[in-house]
Amino acid sequence: MKGKILNRSTRLIFALVIFIALAFVGGALFIVDETKQVVITQFGKPVGNSITSAGLHFKMPFIQEAHYFEKRLLGWDGEPNQIPTKDKKYIWVDTAARWKIVDALKFLQSMGNELNANSRLNDIINSATRDAVTGHLLVEAVRDSNRILESKELGEDAIVSEEALERIDIGRQKLTRSILERSKVLAPQYGIEIMDVRIKRINYVEEVRKKVYDRMIAERKRAAEKYRSEGHGKSAEIEGQRGKELKLITSEAYRQAQAIVGKADAEAISIYGKAYSKDPEFYSFLKTLETYKNTVDANSTLILTTDSDYYRYIKGIE
Amino acid sequence: MENMDWRNISTPEDIINLGKKKLSGFRKHIIWAILAFFVLIGLKGVIYSIGPDEVGVIQRFGKYIRLTSPGLHTKLPFGIEKVTPIKVEKIFKEEFGMGGVQNRGYAYGNHADESLMLTGDLNILDVRWIVQFKIKDPIKLLFVIRNPQNVIRDVSEIVMRRLVGDYSVDEVLTIKREEIDRLAQVEMQKILDDYQTGVQVITVKLLDVNPPDKVKPAFNEVNEAKQEKEKMINQAWEAYNKAIPKAKGEAERTIREAEGYNLDKINRAKGEAERFSVTLSEYKNAPEITQKRLYLETFNEVLPKVKEKYIIDPKQSSILPLLDLGRKGGEKQ
Repeated sequence: MKGKILNRSTRLIFALVIFIALAFVGGALFIVDETKQVVITQFGKPVGNSITSAGLHFKMPFIQEAHYFEKRLLGWDGEPNQIPTKDKKYIWVDTAARWKIVDALKFLQSMGNELNANSRLNDIINSATRDAVTGHLLVEAVRDSNRILESKELGEDAIVSEEALERIDIGRQKLTRSILERSKVLAPQYGIEIMDVRIKRINYVEEVRKKVYDRMIAERKRAAEKYRSEGHGKSAEIEGQRGKELKLITSEAYRQAQAIVGKADAEAISIYGKAYSKDPEFYSFLKTLETYKNTVDANSTLILTTDSDYYRYIKGIE
Repeated sequence: MENMDWRNISTPEDIINLGKKKLSGFRKHIIWAILAFFVLIGLKGVIYSIGPDEVGVIQRFGKYIRLTSPGLHTKLPFGIEKVTPIKVEKIFKEEFGMGGVQNRGYAYGNHADESLMLTGDLNILDVRWIVQFKIKDPIKLLFVIRNPQNVIRDVSEIVMRRLVGDYSVDEVLTIKREEIDRLAQVEMQKILDDYQTGVQVITVKLLDVNPPDKVKPAFNEVNEAKQEKEKMINQAWEAYNKAIPKAKGEAERTIREAEGYNLDKINRAKGEAERFSVTLSEYKNAPEITQKRLYLETFNEVLPKVKEKYIIDPKQSSILPLLDLGRKGGEKQ
């Protein structure tokens, strides 16, 4: 009754599944992912070429062993190194590299695993970096072109030290490339290829940094002073101009006014002269009468003689 | 043996027999349970879904087979086929210089130092920026590079520091920021394409760019000094603009006044000359009468003002007030 449930075909499928599972476990079948490559060893000795195509593969179970390695582009980022430049500036240089295992067999034989590879890369790349940096000026490691010299938009507060303004032939890119070239040479023997090395960071060492800060501060202070004194100078200039123009305006006005007044006076005199010269005697007579009108007041004492004209006139009226 | 129950157990063999009996009843169920278990696992490995912003990368026994689009799909189970969903629409963001992100144990372990970099004029700036990117080729992303986030971060730092190293402090602080953004995006894309990462750099953007803390006050001082200069010059011009027009106005006024005087004086002169001429012609016509008239007019005006008036006869030798016209206000004789 119980045994009849497991009929023949079910039994067969079951057995197949178990068999395949066992094959995997035993190591006859193995999967190679797109990201991996495999070296087969038999009793420690490599067999055949490394397997780089992805998919299902066969090997002898138990006797042969599959070693997996990365097929992808890998990264290496070393510890920053303190290196002096040719002009004795101490800087931290942090490089980063991209590399690949191109010959898994050689890799297995020479390094065995990525940990060893990383330490080997440390040696190779760090020494290449050190050689390159010590052989060049700081400017050459920082700048890439001479663009900064051409673009004199450095601004009016330019803080530029002399050394920064040196014309360079080897710039950052060329320097980096030389590190790459140097590093590439030693790589093939380990079954790897160093695809790229670049400078990730450059920073001053603590003491140098302090000095640079001081320089920056001093330069800025100098620029600030310059602005202030320019302000003083210009405003004094404007003030002077103001004073000068004021003087000009008022003196000019005065001159003109005087001229006008003078002209007026002269013309008036001429008018009077022309008029009165027609009969000077009569004029002086009128004038005398006017004088009486103007000078005699309540406090005056008038003395008339009997032969004065007035008396005569009065007499004549009667 | 049939009516065995636990009270009657006396030997170990009895226990084993009891156990066997109980198990044989379950045997049927166990096999069904195992089969059901496997079916469930299989189903779980067969049906999968891909989100609307994703694609699915299908590998069979590790080998790349195909891409699947969003929706519900089936695949072979039990590790035969593997699906990796990749977000191809999402815009990812990486931040730099924000401190503490990748402290790699520098000897000068201050986090803030990670954002410091050297400029082209060999000075130091504190630079923070972000990168936005998208996955444009999921196959490359999965199979060509390991740890894409590291690659993107490294390349971004490499590029930004190289660029900043070619510009001056002031350029990076102010006018060249957009240029640097643009160049950084182009260069990053080029390197990432060379590496075949399958990543598309959408933007690179500089955020805060500052002089290092220690130096900031000096930089601020420069800005203040610039403003001071402006202020001083403005004030000077203000004073100028107040004074000059006013002076010009005054100058105008002075001249107008002079002109007014001019007019006044000449008109007066003309008037008086005219009056004289008229009087003169009148006089010429009747000299005696005119003279008398004028004389009398004058004294008529003058005498009343005077309090003390005396008329003296010169033929008399002493002075006597013969006619006192003054006291009694007498104009009459």
